Amino acid sequence: MSKITDMTDTHNWSGQRLVTADELLFEAPREKHFMTGSEVLKEAVKRCTVDASVSYPITPQSEAAHLIGELWAEGYVGTYFRGENEFGVMSEVAGCAMAGARTITTTSGPGTLRAMENFAQWSGTRIPCQLILMARGINSPLTIQPDNLEVSYMLETGCQIWYAENVQELFDMSIAAFVVAEKPDVHVPIITVVDGFFVSHTREAVMLPADDIALFPYEPYKSPLPPIDSETPPGRFLRDPFVMKSNYISYATHASWQFEIRSAVERSRPYAEHFLDGLVHTTGSEDAEIAFVTCGTASHQAKEAERELMKLGIKSKVIKLRTIRPFPEEELITALEGVKHIFVPEFNVVGWLEKEVKKALYKKTEADIVGGPRVAGGMSMPAEAIIKEVMEKINPGKGA
Amino acid sequence: MAIDIYKINPEFRDIMPQEIIDLEEKATWAQNQDKPRGIKELPQSKELLEEHSLCAGCPEAAALRYVLSALPKPEETIIVNSTGCTSLMFPHIALHTVHSLFGNQNAVATGIKRVLDWRFPDTEKDVVVLAGDGATVDIGLDYTLQSFFRQENITTICFDNEVYANTGGQESGATPKGQVFKMAPTGKKFDKVPMWKLATTSGCHYSINMTASAPKAVAKAVREAILVAREIGPTFLNIYTPCILEIGLSANEGLGEMKEQDKDRFESYKYISPEAEEFLAKCKEEGRL
Repeated sequence: MSKITDMTDTHNWSGQRLVTADELLFEAPREKHFMTGSEVLKEAVKRCTVDASVSYPITPQSEAAHLIGELWAEGYVGTYFRGENEFGVMSEVAGCAMAGARTITTTSGPGTLRAMENFAQWSGTRIPCQLILMARGINSPLTIQPDNLEVSYMLETGCQIWYAENVQELFDMSIAAFVVAEKPDVHVPIITVVDGFFVSHTREAVMLPADDIALFPYEPYKSPLPPIDSETPPGRFLRDPFVMKSNYISYATHASWQFEIRSAVERSRPYAEHFLDGLVHTTGSEDAEIAFVTCGTASHQAKEAERELMKLGIKSKVIKLRTIRPFPEEELITALEGVKHIFVPEFNVVGWLEKEVKKALYKKTEADIVGGPRVAGGMSMPAEAIIKEVMEKINPGKGA
Repeated sequence: MAIDIYKINPEFRDIMPQEIIDLEEKATWAQNQDKPRGIKELPQSKELLEEHSLCAGCPEAAALRYVLSALPKPEETIIVNSTGCTSLMFPHIALHTVHSLFGNQNAVATGIKRVLDWRFPDTEKDVVVLAGDGATVDIGLDYTLQSFFRQENITTICFDNEVYANTGGQESGATPKGQVFKMAPTGKKFDKVPMWKLATTSGCHYSINMTASAPKAVAKAVREAILVAREIGPTFLNIYTPCILEIGLSANEGLGEMKEQDKDRFESYKYISPEAEEFLAKCKEEGRL
């Protein structure tokens, strides 16, 4: 096992040379590999000087949690263990991060909901841990096929939420996520989402930097709250015990604290813009009157639909949202200039992204917003379904 | 002077109540005492503000002072608590404490302890869980037992008042069979969960069932349990701290209630594993006990 005492000014405990996030993400030479999303996550964690990871067996959706365990056995991760269940593991992650560790875990689907209480608690304590959410279905009847409905439940937890489309984005995002979450003026947890199976189990070409370099370690003493390590005086001393005993203190505390957490998420924008090269990515025809607003693998399917529509002489474009919290409202409005029809294809039945888009665009666009098509776990989203939705809207009664 | 673990902001010092200044100056820290700290120092020291938020005469307040006085190294101790009356006291002591969710205290403590061992391999840092029976024996039972199974190096102290007291007096797993409480309108239907025995069979190296009627006994158990947890494995203390409010006693009747129970439901139970026994004998020889 590795020892933190093996860390030097230039190398981490596993002997990797310490580099900046810019060098790791933008400057270091890369080589092509062919990997699944889970394997790529292992490669990302390997390059992140991770102190702690906790895992559990039922709903990690993929073998990613096993692979992080292998990294620990190989000496790349400081401490790693299997917890009892999702609620317990997210609690253990909280403990690890409170004690000053760069901490990561992964979950999906029903396990996310079982652990739900923890996510708001994470943001409330301003820990900068990272959750890789490999989305899958949550409804009965049981499914292990992808759905991203659990993201809807995560939206108001106070955590940052980023969404990766493919294995390359998963690799780059999960590295950048630590860096942004740990910025002293941000310092809130981050949830990096990918669509399970389509990304976690799919082997794709991915460009990776060498594995003998890694991110500089987490510096817990730059946290806005002192780490729980008995090295510094307690950060807060409440004269009154807990806020519920006084309406005035309750108001004062929540008025400052809850808005501060959300402000911290907003303060992540410039960092995310830098490391993600913008909060939205647009492909297709710039002057199109039809736009797809998407995230995750729905973006991939929408791009396929865009190419097929072009063959029919119909111009369209795909606006992929890379961050959901913060929601890239201004970037979306800019990207939608001149658009008359907006489609929001989603992998869930409730249409949470459609609601987000409509809320952001309320009274700011005259375009029609169509929430669809939607598929609900257990299947892919065929480009034909997206094309059909478009044709029925722009060519009513005649279909695709 | 106390060490730097608890410091009043100099800008606010002139408006601070005297007892908060006392908490900074008169707490019994291990590093600033000429003689070993302990229960005998309680009359002269300040472990818990008098203006704490528990009911007058609540045995938990006394028990917390005994626990704090017995910590081997308070400046290197993290206390993890859970929602309940116990957690209301923690803003009124001078240690690092963590309140997370209801029932997940042993899971949070696990994460903290593992990371402290990783980050500070050459420093003894103790992690102590202190929660009520609702959090320990009921809602949080899974996480409590799993931390024992995993052999986490933490001490778990349950302030067992046999009821969910802070939420208004509902039946818990630690309530005796037949007791009428809210949510048990015709009396509780199953026996009190013998948590101290579960702790023994679940991997604890030191497990005790006792009341808080005898300060020295509580302090001794706390000290032994923390030392064993530091070196050997998980330890557990079940300490009866009755909710005088919920069982209808006056402020001056808590001690009597505990003494009565010394020979009943809280008749002394003590398990020490052979390796813990050997370790404690060594500690005694070295003057650590």
